[in-house]
Amino acid sequence: MAEKILNGVPAAGGIAIGPVYLYHPEGFSVSRRNLKPEELAEELARYQGALTKTHAQISGLEEKMQEKLGKEHAAIFQAHQVVLEDPLFTDEIPQSIQSRRLNAEFLVAEALEKFKSVMESLEDGYFRERGGDIQDVSNRLLRNLAGGEKDQLKKLDREVILIASDLSPSDTVNLSPDTVKGFCTDIGGRTSHVAIVARSLGLPAVVGMQAISATVQEGDMVVVDGNKGVVVVNPLPQTLKQYRKLKEDYEAFQKSLEELQALPAQTPDGHQVTLAANIEIPQELDELARHGAEGIGLFRTEFLFLDREEIPTEEEQYVAYKELATKTGVNPAIIRTLDLGGDKFLSHLNVLHESNPFLGLRAIRLCLKRPEIFKPQLRAILRAAAHGPIKIMFPMISTLAEIREAKILLNQCVQQLKKEGMVFRSGIEVGAMIEIPSAAIIADVLIQEVDFLSIGTNDLIQYTLAVDRVNESVAYLYDPANPAILRLIQMTVDACHRAGKWVGMCGEMAGDPQFVPLLLGMGLDEFSASVSVIPEIKKVIRLMPYDKAREIAKAALQLKTSGEVLKLIKDNVPPELKALLF
Amino acid sequence: MKLAEKLEIVNKLGLHLRAAAELVKTANKFKCSITIHHAAGGARNVNAKSLMGLMTLAAAKGTELEFEADGEDAKDAMAALRQLLANKFGEKE
Repeated sequence: MAEKILNGVPAAGGIAIGPVYLYHPEGFSVSRRNLKPEELAEELARYQGALTKTHAQISGLEEKMQEKLGKEHAAIFQAHQVVLEDPLFTDEIPQSIQSRRLNAEFLVAEALEKFKSVMESLEDGYFRERGGDIQDVSNRLLRNLAGGEKDQLKKLDREVILIASDLSPSDTVNLSPDTVKGFCTDIGGRTSHVAIVARSLGLPAVVGMQAISATVQEGDMVVVDGNKGVVVVNPLPQTLKQYRKLKEDYEAFQKSLEELQALPAQTPDGHQVTLAANIEIPQELDELARHGAEGIGLFRTEFLFLDREEIPTEEEQYVAYKELATKTGVNPAIIRTLDLGGDKFLSHLNVLHESNPFLGLRAIRLCLKRPEIFKPQLRAILRAAAHGPIKIMFPMISTLAEIREAKILLNQCVQQLKKEGMVFRSGIEVGAMIEIPSAAIIADVLIQEVDFLSIGTNDLIQYTLAVDRVNESVAYLYDPANPAILRLIQMTVDACHRAGKWVGMCGEMAGDPQFVPLLLGMGLDEFSASVSVIPEIKKVIRLMPYDKAREIAKAALQLKTSGEVLKLIKDNVPPELKALLF
Repeated sequence: MKLAEKLEIVNKLGLHLRAAAELVKTANKFKCSITIHHAAGGARNVNAKSLMGLMTLAAAKGTELEFEADGEDAKDAMAALRQLLANKFGEKE
C-alpha cells in the first residue's frame, strides 16, 4: 500500500512509530508468522488438532439443537461440517502451510478474506448473506487455533502499534507498554476507555478513526501522532524522518516535565496543594513515581467487575486493593466503590433493563440496594487498609441519607471483621463524590458526615448542563467554564473549608492545565488527574502565584459566560504561563 | 471419460447452504473430478466437491449450470447429480 494519511480524534499525546498488530477481541489472532522448516510438522499437527476440535464442537451443537428444536434445525450444523470438509480446509491449507511456510491462522484468515470478497461481489443479496455461515465456521476454527486464549496480548514479544475496532477494559488488562507503543481504534472518543488507558500509560492514541482496522494489514508500518490525531500508514522515507524528529522533540519536552517529579506542587508564593493520580488499571501503579504523583485521588474499581461472569469475591478484591496499598507508599490512595450500572453486568446481577441508565440504579444506589455486592467490597477495602494509607469514597451521592446508609453498612463490616478476628483498619477516612448537582448544592450538609469531598466534574457537568458529552450534536454544551459549574465548585470548596475539611477534584477539569489557575484560586486542595498530565499540571502550579489565582477566581465567579472566563484567565496569568497554556 | 451436461436448479431456495452441502456429499461419492461452469456468473469454474466454491455460484432457482465430470465413473456421477437436482435436493419445494 502506498503512503496513506488518516485522521481521527487525538486521544493521548505523543508520537509512536511501529508495525501494525491487528487485534481481534473474539479471541483469536491473525498475525502472520513465518515458520522455520523444523516447525512445519508441529504446525500441521496443531492445525489438524484444531480442525478435529471444531468438528467435535459442531457435532455437539448439532446434538443439542436436535434435542431442543428437532432434526430440521440441526441440519444447518451438518452443513457446517461439510464446510469443514471442503478441500480448502482439508487440502489447500495444509499444503500452504508447507509450501509458503506460514502459520495456520493467517492462512485460514486469508482464505476467508478471499471468500468474503467473492461473496460480497455477488449481486444476489440472499446469497451474499449466506457467507455468514462460512464465516461462523471459520471463526470457530480460528478460535480453536488460538487455543481460545484471550491473552494474545500477553504473548506479544515485539514492539507494535495496536490497531482494533475497539478495546474494552478486559482487552487492555494484559497490555504492556513494553510491547504496545501506541493505539488506533475505529470507534471511541477522548473519554472512552482506550483513551483513558492510553493517557495513563503515556502511550499515543488516535481513536474514532472509523475504518482503520479494515484499512491496515499486518506488516504495515504506521506513525501515530496522538497530538494531532493523525495516522500515517506506510510512511515514505521523508515522512518517517519528519516524524522521528517530532518524536524526539516531544520526548525531550516530556523529560523536562519529569524533572519536576521530585519538586512539590507549590506556587511561587508558597501555597501548596496535593497533586495525585487517577488510576483505572493496576499497571498504572508502576508509573506513579515516574510522574511525580503524590498519592492516588481516584482508584477506580470497575476493572474488577467488568467482562466476567460472576462478581469478584472479597478475596480477589482484597488482593487488588492490597497491591494498591503497598504500592502507594506513604501517600494516601482513595478507593472509589463500585461505580457501574446494572447495564454493565446485566446477566449476572439479574437487574432489569433500564431505559435511562444514566439516571438509574447505578453506583452507590446499586450498592445500597445490593449489600451482598457492596459488603464484600467494603470488607476487602478495610482489610487492605491495614497494609497502607487507604481512604474510601462513594460515587453518585445525591442525598445525605445515602451517605448515612453507606456508613452504617461500612460499620457493620467493621464489626463483622472484628468479630472474625481479621486483620483490618477501622478508622479509615470516608469521602463522597460530588457529581450530582444536588450534592454540590447541599455540600455544607454532606461534609458534616464525611471526612472529605471530591468533585467529579465529568458527570457534574453533564448532569448540571443536561448534556451527553458523546452526543456530537450537543457536545459543544459540555463546558467546564460555564458559570453554573464554577459556582457549584466554589460552593463545594467553601462548604468543605468552613467545616475545616479538604476538597479535591478527580474529574478531567483538574487535569486540564488551562483551568489550574482558576481552580487554585478557588481553593481546591487536591488535584487528581491522569498520570501522564501530572507533570504539566505541576509545572503550571509552580508558575502561578496563589494571590493572583485568588483574584482570578473571585473575578471569574462574577462573569456571565464561559468565553469571558477563559479570556479572564488568559489575560491574567503570568506571561510565561500564558505562552504555555494558550 | 469426459462428460458435460447442463442441469437446471429447480428448487425454490436455489443452491443455498444446505442444498450445496447435499451436492458436495453426492459429488464426493465419485472418484471423477466434477466441475461446474456458470457462464452468467463471471465464467468461473467451480469444484463441485468444494462447498465454499459452490456458495460463490449464487445459483438461484432457474439457473442453468454446466456440469463437467471427468473420470472413470463420470457416467454414474452425472446420473446422480441429474437426479439430485431434479429431486430439488430432497427439499419440498
